[in-house]
Parts: sequence; C-alpha cells; structure tokens
Amino acid sequence: MKIPRVKMELLDSFTRQSNFEEVSCGFTLGQSKLEASRCLDCKNPRCVTACPVHINIPLFIKQIITDDINDAYFTLYKDNILPAICGRVCPQEKQCEGACIVGIKGESVAIGALERFLGDHALKNDVRVNDAIIENGMNVAVVGSGPAGLANAASMRRLGYGVTIYEALHEFGGVLKYGIPDFRLPKDIVEEEINRLKDMGINFLKNVVIGKTITIDQLFKDYGYKAIFLGSGAGLPSSLHLPGENYSGVYYANEFLTRVNLMKSRNFPQSPTPVRTGDNVAVVGGGNVAMDAARTAKRLGAKNVFILYRRDMNSLPARLDEVHHAIDEGIDFRLLLNPVEFIGKDYLINRVKCEIMELGEEDSSGRRRPMPTGKFNYYDIDSCVISIGQKPNPILKDSTKDLVTDKWGRIVVEDFQTSIPGVFAGGDVVSGAATVILAMGAGKDASPYMDKYIKSNL
Amino acid sequence: MYKILSKKKLNNDVDLMIIEAPLVAKNTKPGHFIILRVNEEGERIPLTIVDSDKNSVTIIYQKLGYSTNLLGTLSEGDYIFDFVGPLGKAAHIRDVKSVIGIAGGVGAAPLFPQLKEYKRRGVNVDLVLGGRSKDYLLLIDEYKEFCDNIYCCTDDGSFGFKGFVTEFALDLYRTKRYDQAIAIGPLIMMKNVVLLNEKYDLPTDVSLNPIMIDGTGMCGNCRVTIHGKTFFACVDGPDFPGEGVNFDELMTRQKYYEEEEHICNLELMINENS
Repeated sequence: MKIPRVKMELLDSFTRQSNFEEVSCGFTLGQSKLEASRCLDCKNPRCVTACPVHINIPLFIKQIITDDINDAYFTLYKDNILPAICGRVCPQEKQCEGACIVGIKGESVAIGALERFLGDHALKNDVRVNDAIIENGMNVAVVGSGPAGLANAASMRRLGYGVTIYEALHEFGGVLKYGIPDFRLPKDIVEEEINRLKDMGINFLKNVVIGKTITIDQLFKDYGYKAIFLGSGAGLPSSLHLPGENYSGVYYANEFLTRVNLMKSRNFPQSPTPVRTGDNVAVVGGGNVAMDAARTAKRLGAKNVFILYRRDMNSLPARLDEVHHAIDEGIDFRLLLNPVEFIGKDYLINRVKCEIMELGEEDSSGRRRPMPTGKFNYYDIDSCVISIGQKPNPILKDSTKDLVTDKWGRIVVEDFQTSIPGVFAGGDVVSGAATVILAMGAGKDASPYMDKYIKSNL
Repeated sequence: MYKILSKKKLNNDVDLMIIEAPLVAKNTKPGHFIILRVNEEGERIPLTIVDSDKNSVTIIYQKLGYSTNLLGTLSEGDYIFDFVGPLGKAAHIRDVKSVIGIAGGVGAAPLFPQLKEYKRRGVNVDLVLGGRSKDYLLLIDEYKEFCDNIYCCTDDGSFGFKGFVTEFALDLYRTKRYDQAIAIGPLIMMKNVVLLNEKYDLPTDVSLNPIMIDGTGMCGNCRVTIHGKTFFACVDGPDFPGEGVNFDELMTRQKYYEEEEHICNLELMINENS
C-alpha cells in the first residue's frame, strides 16, 4: 500500500492569530521514520542536485529509517550548518521536493520536514558535530552574520582559518533575526544554531558597520586579514515611488518587521520600541516578506489585513505553505491591483488608490504580465506595509572606492571574487534579494576560491 | 558593553557623556552619529557625536522620552549595552569665508563639531545660540574658545536677547552678511530659519533627526522628502541643505509614536515610584 505524505501538525489557525508561537509543529520520530520510508532511494538523486548546498538527502533519509538519527544529523550538518533554520524556511517545493521523483505521480517526500526534525533533534539532545579543525594560523573576515556570512564562516573555519564575523546590528543572524518572524522561525532556534558556530571557534563581533566603523582597507592593513567575504545582504527597501509614500503609517516591510522581530515591539511597553498598525492594514507584494508582514499585522491586533498584489493567486512568489497559512489566518488576498497613490490628511495615510489590472501575455518570468485597465479602486486603511523587495545596502559600495557594482547596486563578482583582490562576496549582496539557502550556498561555495586565493598569495 | 568614562549634567534636562569606544572614534568625522541601546531590551537611540579623541566619543542627550530618561539614570563607570558608529555621512564642510551657526536647545551639541571644523579651516564663525532660558544655552564656554561672535537668545529673556533665534537673526542680517548658515535644533526652528535665510539668499545646512532603527539604510524609517525626492537621513544624511526639505511631513513622522511614548513614560514613572 502506498503511504501518503505525512502531514505536519499545525497550531490552530484561530489561536495563532493572537500570538507569535510557531505555526508548524514539526514531525515526531515516528512521523519522520514513516515519511522517510516513502523515499525511493533513487540511483540519481535529483533532490541532491536541486539543493543549493547539495545535502546528501538519500543518505540522511536512510539513516533515519535505520534509526541512526545522530548520524543522519551529521550527514546533514556536513553540508548545511543551519538545518533547523533551513528545514523551516527553505522553499522546498521549488528545490529538493520539487525535484523528488515521488512527487511526479503523488506527493513528494517531505524532505524539509525531515531536515527540520534532525536539526531540532540535535538542538534538543545536544548532539554535536566535532569538527576537527587544524589551525593554519591565517585569519579571514566575514562581513554580515546572515545566512551567507555564517555559511562562509563555517566553511573557512573548517579549512583551518581563524574567522571573525562583523555584524552591524546588535544581534547576529541578519535577516533570520530582523526579517523572519517567530511564528515561522523561532528566534531561540536561530540563536542556538549560531551558538554552535561560536563553539566551532568563530569570533562574532556585533555593532561594527564595515565601511563605517572599519573600512575594507583597514581590515586588510590594520587587522591583517588574508581575505574578506562580503555577505551584507539585501538590506535596502525597494520603493514604489508613489505620491504619499512618505506619509506616516506607510512602512517598508524592513522597518515593520525589524520593529516587531529584532526590537520585539510586540512586547511593548516591556520592550520600549513601539509599532502601530491600526485596524485596516494593506500589505503590498506577494512574496514571503509580504506574507510575513500581513500575518504579523494580524497578530498585532489589526482587524482587516489584506494583500495587494498586481498579479493573480498562481503567480504569488511566496512559499506555498506561507500562503496557505496566511489564508487560514484570515488574510484577505486582493489580487490584480496595483497601488498608484497613497492618500492622506496632514501627512497621515488614510487611503490607497489602486489600479485594477488584467493579465496579458507571458513575460520573461513565465507569468502572465499584469496590464493596466484604467479603472481604479480605493481602500480605506490605517497603515500600509510595502513589501516589494530589497536591494543591496549601499554602505559598502559608497565607502569602498574600487568596489564595482551593477546598476542595481549588486556587487559584481567572478567566481565570488569582487573587483578588489582578496575581497569576495556572495548571497543577496550579489544576487539581489533571494532565499536563505541560496545565500548559504554562495557563502559555502565561495570558500574554496578564497582558500585558493590566499594560498596562491602566500 | 561600553563604559561611561564621565558624565556631566548640563542642565535639568540635558547631560553630556564621554563613552569609551575606540573603534567608533577611529573613523569619526564632524556630522557623524552613533546609535546606542541602554540595555538588553532598549530602543536604538541615534545621537550625534559631539567630540571624539583616540579612545572615546562624547554625546549629549536631552531627557525627552523613556529611553533618554533611562540613559540619564546611568552614572560614570556604568556600561551602555550597545554602541555603534560612526554612522551617516560626514557633514559637508563648504569652501566659504564666513559661517553663521544657529542652534536651538540641544541642537547646540550636533552643531559644535561642525563649527569647530569650520574654524579649524580658518573660516569666520558666528553663533546664534537659543534656548528656553539661561540654563538651556548649551556649551557656551566651549563655543567661546573659537567662535568670533556669540549671540544668545532666550525665550524668557533670562539671558541675552528675549525671543526666537529667527527674530534675532533677522535683526543681525541688517548689518552682517554670511556665506553659509547651519541651523540645528527643533524641526520647527530649522524650518523657520531656512525660510528666513532664503529671503537673504543665504544657503542653510540642517541636521535632521527623524526616528531611526538600524541607522544603516536598512529599514527606511528615517526617510525625508527633499525637493520631492526621498532620502534616508541615516545614510544620505543626517545633514542636508535645508532648502526643499519637507519639514511638515517630517514633523508628522517624528510625532507618529507620541501616544506610545507617553505609555512608556508612565511605565517609567510607575517603576520609579514603586
């Protein structure tokens, strides 16, 4: 008999609207073993190819089946130093699970849920990998403690380098801390997985803005680093360039989420950083960040939260699970609508004007292009969260004379090497806003190039 | 953790602190600011760097809201939880022969390093210093060390001219001409100084203090509209030519959390009384 894909238990959709508890509850050992048994153990595992960090998925699945749970974790950790995080936030349906053969005729193996199970198992039971590091006496610097920086730091450390990570904010993790909300990624999980990297001997320095506090030049000259990895992410919000965009009550998702996640304004006034939504909240955009913002607004007490998206439901770029969870939580999807103006009184937002769109021909992304109709709708709102993407933060570019970037501000690289010798880059600062796992893949893949560069310049 | 090397009360509402922060001091230039958090839950508070040496930076803050009041409870030898900088663009020190600095209240603090730098470059520097009363005229002795002329204005007439800095400046412009003005103080004051100076073709730099969180261009909270274009005060500023700044919009943005600030202040009072 064919075993159906094991469904992960979820927190009740009504209960969770008033708290920030994690929505997906994770697999039990029994569920994990049952789900693992669905794997066909393909000769050419397409899941591994589809994984940006090429985890040996069939092996860890086999180890789950044979009850070697710790070994399964070791297999996973070899290629992914943040499994509990990635198990939760990866767009698996577009990567490993999207490539899974079982998924062709039925539902793919729940690889993400298994990954998360192993990550959680290791944290809960203090199962640790003892990386035998042979010090080579040379030091490298990593700029940014988000997914790209962490992955690069771990890979360089394993090669024997002394590694120091510089973080601009007061907590480590980058977007994992300021961007992704607790109901999707609990912050203690982030903290614990990062702590394992500290135990690996990686130095973490907070409150240092590279380019301001210390320049790239000073990192080489005053600190003697042999190479530098830039993983500063895509921290600059994209603007709609609409009239009224600077009215009070109009947030960029970065601000809204940073207030709630990093500054913990959901605990206001115990945490003194406030946030304000009002009753009616419009969220512009259809990606993961838009879903996060909408669901966060709901949890903060907003009565009516709606997504404004210029395409249709099938074109939403967000992770499928997040869209479903948002629907369950009562987020309204108002589709084929393109905001054209924010309307307010005395610089305070109270309405948004949207053009009604219709779908035209397919565009380069393979989706049908939204076309303006000349007809408009108005919505009364108390606040609006703009979540239409992020661009690389300009501080490094502005403060580093010879660092070449493209017209979108992305650092130009060849084999991860920037225009400055010894300075490498990867993740969103190179690709533009993408996913946690793609950034980790870049951080990891950059390390052999850095190693080669350093050793050929001895 | 960052040690408070010394603390001085400038008046009932305003303190000066010297913080041990050699890394921040390293690249500091006039116009730069820092962001600090008093404790583990603390808000991120942006403050201009008033002065710096090899080992430390000086900040001046007005105990206006919850977090600045909390900062005020710390003493010499205590530690500040987080302290990051230097942030922002260094002030644009212009190639001019004469400058008038106009400061309102605690605005005297961010103005200080800029005027000092102008003087260091041999520029004639006059200062109009305004405040509620005599006690609120900050850094007079420090300014006296290098300013060519200092004119004081108080709202209550307890020292110098009785009235606003704009009223005094209007009078001053009848007899004196300047190449450049720098106005730093409350938004309404900066707005009025810019309006006045425009009539005299006197360009005015201002230093804006919108609400900030990260201070590195990430959140966009601090955006300001200048000549219809959006700028982030944290990475594009905080100093801008004042002409074309939409001060009214900025005042609304600055007041957005007034109600919440009030709730926090009540909490602080309750905690202090219990």
